[in-house]
Amino acid sequence: MKMWTFSKRTAKEILRDPLHVAFGLGFPLILLFLMSAIQASVPVPLFAIKKLAPGIVVFGLSFMTLFSATLLAKDRESALLQRLYATPLSAGDFILGYMLPTLPIAAVQSLLCCVASMLLGLPATAAIFGVLLFVLPIALLFVSIGLFCGSIWNVKQVGGICGALFTNLAAWFSGTWFDLNLVGGTFQKIAYALPFVHAVELERAVLSGNHGDIFLHLCWVVGYAAVFCIAAALLFVRQMKK
Amino acid sequence: MEAIQTVGLVKRYKDLTAVDGLDLGIGQGELFSLLGVNGAGKTTTIKMLSCLVKPTGGDAFLNGVSIVKEPSWAKEKIGISPQETAVAPNLNVKENLELMCGAHGFSKEKTRRKTEEISERFGLGNVLKKRAGKLSGGWQRRLSIAMALIGEPEILFLDEPTLGLDVLARADLWDLIRSLKGKVTIILTTHYMEEAEALSDRIGIMKDGRLLALGTAKELKEKTNAKNFEDAFVAIVRGQNG
Repeated sequence: MKMWTFSKRTAKEILRDPLHVAFGLGFPLILLFLMSAIQASVPVPLFAIKKLAPGIVVFGLSFMTLFSATLLAKDRESALLQRLYATPLSAGDFILGYMLPTLPIAAVQSLLCCVASMLLGLPATAAIFGVLLFVLPIALLFVSIGLFCGSIWNVKQVGGICGALFTNLAAWFSGTWFDLNLVGGTFQKIAYALPFVHAVELERAVLSGNHGDIFLHLCWVVGYAAVFCIAAALLFVRQMKK
Repeated sequence: MEAIQTVGLVKRYKDLTAVDGLDLGIGQGELFSLLGVNGAGKTTTIKMLSCLVKPTGGDAFLNGVSIVKEPSWAKEKIGISPQETAVAPNLNVKENLELMCGAHGFSKEKTRRKTEEISERFGLGNVLKKRAGKLSGGWQRRLSIAMALIGEPEILFLDEPTLGLDVLARADLWDLIRSLKGKVTIILTTHYMEEAEALSDRIGIMKDGRLLALGTAKELKEKTNAKNFEDAFVAIVRGQNG
């Protein structure tokens, strides 16, 4: 009950910020339509809707890092968290209260991306449900990274690091915007040591029915999500006791 | 039983002793003001008593409950209105009040009843649907105190409740605080001498983490042979006691 109250508040804070809606939904959709328009004129296999749609879904989710980091950093800077720390809410209530409401928001955001992709020619198959299901561990990954960052940095720093740097890095290393095989070398090795390309390839495998590839990519995503989740929880508890 | 009893309460930060062996008893329903220049240890004392920071030594008992051994239980007994505005800006006034009810684990029915009761008591009826971030400073502070009281605390901490408010807003809040006297034990920190004198049953003056003087405003003036309370405060802090 206590945790749900805090979750509801987190959801409202995210949904009522017009910047969140613009970046989380508007921007990925604009890119989806833009890339599809380019694809219609100059066909590139990477931007075929079956490959592009999973990339856009993951790109949209990467803004969850910015949202959760900003919200936590703002709460830390205001005295609201201090007030709530003095209530019977536990550390677990806070951490789950920040994380859980972002999952349905991520699911709806991804659903809208999928619907837009279907309008652009993505076949409406049952695999779409799979894509939406696997959005959850990916969203958890991005939210955990956000909470980790929000526990360390202030609002201004979070804006720069998560808003500009992180979303760009996550995009470059995701294999959505250019083929990582074409770059090769160290860049490709770094990309495959990070979770972003695995998140995109996980969704591509689900969408194209390559079930054999799912497990490996899922392990990368869940592994990174677990590490950041634990690190964020430890940092949060530490700063709660400060 | 005293509402608050501190026994040799100490807080050290590396080389700095912020609170140095504080022994203090505050009666049930008393309005007690804690005064001191910047760095005197007032806020650290409040933070320890509201279980936000752990004491380095000693203990304090809130209606008999130890803040060291039973902080979770102690938290059930307190409400805090921090120095800075501590409201959720994107939630409306009603949602802010409901957030605090949820944090205290109130049922739906109790939440509805308490929200109605407290908004009537604090004159918040006309702004219930207004976002907290859009309220004036005075109304935000009023909401902040309402949020601290909605959890039915036995002890209320008000940290600089009128800081930065205009004369009228301050007078309104004084009336509000006076109306709470006797119903709940209140610990008030302030830099405004006239505020402490007008509202408090007793006043404690701190310097360098120690309690220098304790008594009613009248007693402290008599002790220092001062014409007014501000002169008495200056004399005590400068060590020029009558």
